[in-house]
Amino acid sequence: MVDLTRKFDVLVIGGGNAALCAAISARRAGASVLVLEGAPKFYRGGNTRHTRNMRCAHDAATDILTGPYTEQEFWEDLLRVTGGQTDEELARFMIRESKDILNWIVEQGVRWQPSLGGTLSLGRTNSFFLGGGRAMLNALYLTAEQLGVEIIYDAEVLDLEIDDGMFLSADLRRTDGRVNVTASTLVAAAGGFEANIDWLKQYWGEAADNFLIRGTPYNRGSILRMLLGKGVQEVGDPTQCHAVAIDARAPKFDGGIITRLDCVVFGVVVNTQAARFYDEGEDIWPKRYAIWGRLVAAQPDQIAYIIFDSTVLNSFMPSLFPPIAAGSIAELASKFDLDPAALEKTIGDFNAAVRPGTFDHTVLDDCRTEGLTPPKTHWARRIETPPYYAYPVRPGITFTYLGTRVNRQARMLMKDGNAAVNMFAAGEIMAGNVLGKGYAAGIGMTIGSVFGRIAGREAAQHARN
Amino acid sequence: MHGTRILEEADRLMTVCNSCRYCEGLCAVFPAMEMRRSFSDGDLNYLANLCHSCGACYTDCQFSPPHEFNVNVPKTLAIARADSYAAYTWPRVFSGVFARNGLVVSIVLALSVAAFIFGFAAFNDRQVLFGVHTGPGSFYKLMPHNAMAALFGAAFLYAIVALAMGVRAFWRDIGEPIGTLAGPNSLWQAMKDAGQLRYLDGGGVGCVNEDERPNDRRKIYHHFTFYGFILCFASTTVATLYHYLIAREAPYPWWDLPVVLGTLGGIGLLIGPAGLLAERWKRDPDLVDQTRTGMDVAFIVMLFLTSLTGMALLLWRDTAAMGPLLALHLGVVFSLFITMPYGKFVHGIYRYVALVRYARERQMMGHGT
Repeated sequence: MVDLTRKFDVLVIGGGNAALCAAISARRAGASVLVLEGAPKFYRGGNTRHTRNMRCAHDAATDILTGPYTEQEFWEDLLRVTGGQTDEELARFMIRESKDILNWIVEQGVRWQPSLGGTLSLGRTNSFFLGGGRAMLNALYLTAEQLGVEIIYDAEVLDLEIDDGMFLSADLRRTDGRVNVTASTLVAAAGGFEANIDWLKQYWGEAADNFLIRGTPYNRGSILRMLLGKGVQEVGDPTQCHAVAIDARAPKFDGGIITRLDCVVFGVVVNTQAARFYDEGEDIWPKRYAIWGRLVAAQPDQIAYIIFDSTVLNSFMPSLFPPIAAGSIAELASKFDLDPAALEKTIGDFNAAVRPGTFDHTVLDDCRTEGLTPPKTHWARRIETPPYYAYPVRPGITFTYLGTRVNRQARMLMKDGNAAVNMFAAGEIMAGNVLGKGYAAGIGMTIGSVFGRIAGREAAQHARN
Repeated sequence: MHGTRILEEADRLMTVCNSCRYCEGLCAVFPAMEMRRSFSDGDLNYLANLCHSCGACYTDCQFSPPHEFNVNVPKTLAIARADSYAAYTWPRVFSGVFARNGLVVSIVLALSVAAFIFGFAAFNDRQVLFGVHTGPGSFYKLMPHNAMAALFGAAFLYAIVALAMGVRAFWRDIGEPIGTLAGPNSLWQAMKDAGQLRYLDGGGVGCVNEDERPNDRRKIYHHFTFYGFILCFASTTVATLYHYLIAREAPYPWWDLPVVLGTLGGIGLLIGPAGLLAERWKRDPDLVDQTRTGMDVAFIVMLFLTSLTGMALLLWRDTAAMGPLLALHLGVVFSLFITMPYGKFVHGIYRYVALVRYARERQMMGHGT
C-alpha cells in the first residue's frame, strides 16, 4: 500500500506515455513520485495502449529508420498539417528535443522496430514500438516501478486544490470516501476529453452521439476541466481533434487500430443520399487519412459508405470486419437503406467521368475524373467488376486538442499570462499548443514523451528547491 | 467453415491480428500470418505449431481480455496445436492417447519396468539380479546386449516411423510440397532458429510467464533440457558404436566419452526439466491450455526420471543396487521412447518443420533471415 499521508515531491495525474515519461524523469532527478492512473491496471496508459509509433527528428538513418528526417523537414510537415495553427517556438523546441528522445526512450526500456507491414511510407520518419503501444507502456511501467515510483490504479481524482497558480493537493476517491494527497508539484498528463460525449456535444451538438471513440473510455477530461476552471489558460480549438473514418460497426469505445479503413483512395465515398461529397483522390495515404473523420462528421447522421469493387479487395490493409458484399450496385444500396437508383446514378456518373490513366497508388497518378463534381483527382478507376463491396464508416475520434497552455518548461500558463508556480502539463492535455489542427502520424507520442520528460525534470527541480 | 471451434477462434484472432500487426516483430507467427489474407485449417495448424508460446503477444496486446475483443493468441494456438498433435497421430487409433497422456505415461512406465524386472528374473536367477557385477560387460549379465539392442532398437524405430508418419500428415494438412523438406537453406535456417529458440524470447526481452515482466528462464531451462537430451543421445550413440565397432563394452570408466557425455547431458536433464516444471507451475493460467497439463507435465517428468535413474545407475553401478537400477533406468527409457509419438515430445518435431516452412516462405518473399 502506498502511504498517502506523506507529501510527495511530484504528483503525476495520468498513466500514459506522457505521465510515465514525467514520472521516470522526475524520479531519475531524485524526486519522490506518485502516479495516479484513473483506469484499472489492464486499461492503464490511456490512448498510448493503441499507439504504435513516434515521430522523431534524426539527422541520419538509424537501425530502424531508413533515412534522415531533419528538424526543418519535421517542422515543414507540422506547418503543413496544422495550416500554421501551431506555436512555432514551442513546436521547434519540441522537434529539437525529439531527436534525443529516440535514445532516451530506449534507455527507459522501450524497444524500436522498423515500420510495420502496410506502413512502409512511414519507414523514414517514424520509429515503431516493438510489440506496439501496450508493450511500450509495459516497459515504462516496469522501469518506473524499478526506480521506486509509486503507482495507484483506479485512482479517480475528484478535485484539485489550486491557489493562485499554485497546486496544493488533490482529492482522491477511495472506497471509503476520499483522501487528500499533497505534493510539492503537479504534472497533469491525464489526456483529453474525447470519451466525454456530453462535453463533445457542447461543440458538436447531437452529432456527437454518432461519434465512435477509438481509444480509452477513461479520457473524460475531468482534470482538464478542473484546471481550466481554476485559472489555467486554455489553448486550442475545442472542436479540433484527430478524427479518422472508421468502420461504423466498431464498438463505441476502445476499438483501436483494427477498425480503421485504408481504402478511401480505392473507391468512392457516398453519404446517406448516395451522393459523393469530397475528392477521394486528393492526396496520398497517410497524408489525407486524417481528414475523413471530420468529413463524415459533417454528413447527415454522421455516416458514409466507401464503395469499391472486387478488383481492389486485396489492395489495402485488412480490417476487423469484412466489407458488405453484393452482386449489383442496387443490391448493395439496399443493404444500407440507400436509394438504389440514386447509388446506381452516382456510380454510373462516376464511371462515365473516369479518364484512362496508369494506376499507381504509391504516387499521385494520372487516373482522374473529368467533368464531375466533386472530382476524384487521382486513382480514379471504374467501379464495374462485381461483386461490389462497401464499408459503412463513422467519425472515429482519436484525441482532442483543447488543452492547457504551457511554456518550454512544460509549465502551465495562467489566464493572466503568468507561469504557474508548480504545475506542469504533458501529453494530450497540452497537445493543442503544438497541434492546432490536423495530424501527422506519431506526433501525439512525440508530444507526450518530449513534454513528459521535461515536465518531470522541471517538477523535480522545483520540488527540490 | 473450419473443422473445429478452436480453429474458428484462431481464424477470428488472425483476422484481428492481421488488421493490427503490432506484434509482427515478436516472433515468426505474425509475419507468417501477414503473408495471408484468409486462413485454411492447414494454415492455422501451421501457425499454431510455429508459435513457441512465449506469451509476449498476450501481454503486449491492447485487446487481450478483459477487452471485448478477447484476443488470446498463445492460449488459442496452444489448444489448436495440441489438437493438431492428435489429428496427425499414427496410427490413428492412438490419437486419443494425447488426451490421456499423463495417465498413460505412468501406466506404460510401470508396466515396462515390471516387464523388465520380470524378464530379468526369467533370464537369470535372483542372485544375478541382486548380485554385484563390475567390469566390462557387467550390465549384460542381467540382460544380453543383443536382447537389449533389439528391444530398444525396435522401440526407437517404431517411434521414428510413427513420428515420420505424423510429419507426413502435418505436411499434407498445411499443403506444403514435400520438396521443401529437402531444401538445405530452409533446413539449416530452421535448425538455427530452433537451436537457439529464436522465437522464445518475446522479440528480444524474454518470455512472459507469471506476470508482465519478461525473463529468459524458460528459454534457459529449455536449452538445458534440449541439449541435455542431445548429449544423452550422443552418449548412447557413442556407446553403441564402441560396442559394435571396437568391441568396447559398457560400463565405461568415468572419463570415457559415453560417460562424460551422459553425465553432462544427465545434469542438463535434471536442471532443465526441474526448471521447466517450476516455471510451468508459476505460469499465468491465461496463457496455457490447461486441459493438456497432463501431457506437458508427463513428458517433462519422464525426461527428469530418465536422467535421475541414469545418474543413480552411474553412482551405484558397482553395488548390489545395480541390477534393480538398471532395470528401472531401462524401463523409463523404454517408456520414453514408446510414448514419444504420443506426447509432448512431438512439439519439437512439428515446430521444427513449421520453422522449415517459415524459412522457405521468407526466402520466397525475398526477406533475409
